[in-house]
Amino acid sequence: MFTAQQYVKAATLEEAYTLNQKRNNVVIGGGCWMKMNHRRYQTLIDLSGLGLDIIEETPEEFVLGAMVTLRQMETDEALKNTFGNGFYEMTRHIVGVQFRNCATLGGSLYSRFGFSDILTFLLALDCEVELAHAGRLPLAEYAQMPYDRDILAKVHILKNGRRAAYESFRQTATDIPVLTCAASVLNDTLRVVVGARPMRAICMEFPFPETEEAMEEICRKVQETVSFGSNLRGSGEYRRRLAGVLCRRAICSLKEDAVC
Amino acid sequence: MLITVTINGKKYSDDITPDLVLLDYLRQKGCYSVKRGCETSNCGLCTVHLDGKPILSCSYLAARADGHAVTTLEGLQEEAAEFGAFLADQGGEQCGFCSPGFIMNVLAMVRELKNPTEAEIQEYLSGNLCRCTGYQSQLRAVKNYLAHKQEVQP
Ligand SMILES: Cc1cc2nc3c(=O)[nH]c(=O)nc-3n(C[C@H](O)[C@H](O)[C@H](O)COP(=O)(O)OP(=O)(O)OC[C@H]3O[C@@H](n4cnc5c(N)ncnc54)[C@H](O)[C@@H]3O)c2cc1C
Ligand code: FES
Ligand code: FES
Repeated sequence: MFTAQQYVKAATLEEAYTLNQKRNNVVIGGGCWMKMNHRRYQTLIDLSGLGLDIIEETPEEFVLGAMVTLRQMETDEALKNTFGNGFYEMTRHIVGVQFRNCATLGGSLYSRFGFSDILTFLLALDCEVELAHAGRLPLAEYAQMPYDRDILAKVHILKNGRRAAYESFRQTATDIPVLTCAASVLNDTLRVVVGARPMRAICMEFPFPETEEAMEEICRKVQETVSFGSNLRGSGEYRRRLAGVLCRRAICSLKEDAVC
Repeated sequence: MLITVTINGKKYSDDITPDLVLLDYLRQKGCYSVKRGCETSNCGLCTVHLDGKPILSCSYLAARADGHAVTTLEGLQEEAAEFGAFLADQGGEQCGFCSPGFIMNVLAMVRELKNPTEAEIQEYLSGNLCRCTGYQSQLRAVKNYLAHKQEVQP
């Protein structure tokens, strides 16, 4: 467990950002990941007083505050009505309900974990992150950036009719995934995202496959193009095989599902 | 720093260190049902309710609970004893180490889900690890408890 000397519940995002520029200060989301380190912090910066724990819907987009919990995304009816089961599928295997009531969207995206279910699925949608200092930028760009001292305030998800599906594979229930895969379609273009490779998630686009052969060809391409690594959860070769299976399942559910 | 937290219906104000986790704060307040298991957010043993929602007190800072209401097993003794009897009937409690967290999460589920299916029960309780039972006896106990609740207050 980390230690800290001070706790500041920020009154404004600006205040949080300024405090976060000091090397020994840190923003705390749910704290579920941070608690596993043994660092000595000067000040913990709490964003929970900034109204960032809500999911807003406008005609054009959803705006999710950084302090929205994984459980909120899992159970939100408006997200479900617009994106089908994707938000539920991306969250439901993560540890347990109690954990998901604590862990936040901000902490999850800032961390950009290779194994992240959340990053994998959100990359399949059209998302922008809103940072306190750098402003708005595409999630795909943020996912590649090195860690810095900016604060993730919100995530904007475009409501443009994109349909998406999510698949993951775990060795045991609630474990970190061996492989994650999301697929989405907009205007006949298919986007495939593969995560937990075990490196950070990667996106590819293809014309949407109308035939079984075209779908198999895409799955083969994903297997051939993406690089997969080995760790204690699985070898690179095992992940390559899994990628074909999960990719196929995700595309199939897009074909079957005209609603989500 | 000063926090004010309602624990099992009673208000407390205390000066705490910023890195104190809720689990340790609650134990300082005499809530010894709240136990530390894995301390890596995996086992669910430290489950308490924050404003009615189940959370992991090993991962949640006491500072965050400022202004909120926390419920531990001590605050739900009657319900816990009622469900505990169903657990005992099915041999769903062996060493009993996981029971406080498990019972707290079952009671949270009962409040949150109406007539949950077996799959929903399993999913809701998947964050409560048990080394002894293999989960089947726990599942039977939960199902019997839910059926009993339906009977007494449909
Ligand atoms: C035991 C365990 C199992 C897990 N299993 C999975 C899994 O199966 N799948 C999965 O996808 N994830 C998994 N995770 C990761 C988890 O879902 C969260 O991503 C993680 O806990 C971080 O969220 P948090 O709110 O707890 O962040 P914290 O621990 O509070 O913070 C994590 C990092 O993000 C920074 N941070 C937090 N909020 C912000 C912000 N708004 N702006 C800038 N920086 C910020 C913090 O300073 C810190 O560096 C697991 C985590 C644990 C501990
Ligand atoms: S002690 Fe909190 S989850 Fe195990
Ligand atoms: S009864 Fe022993 S850990 Fe559950």
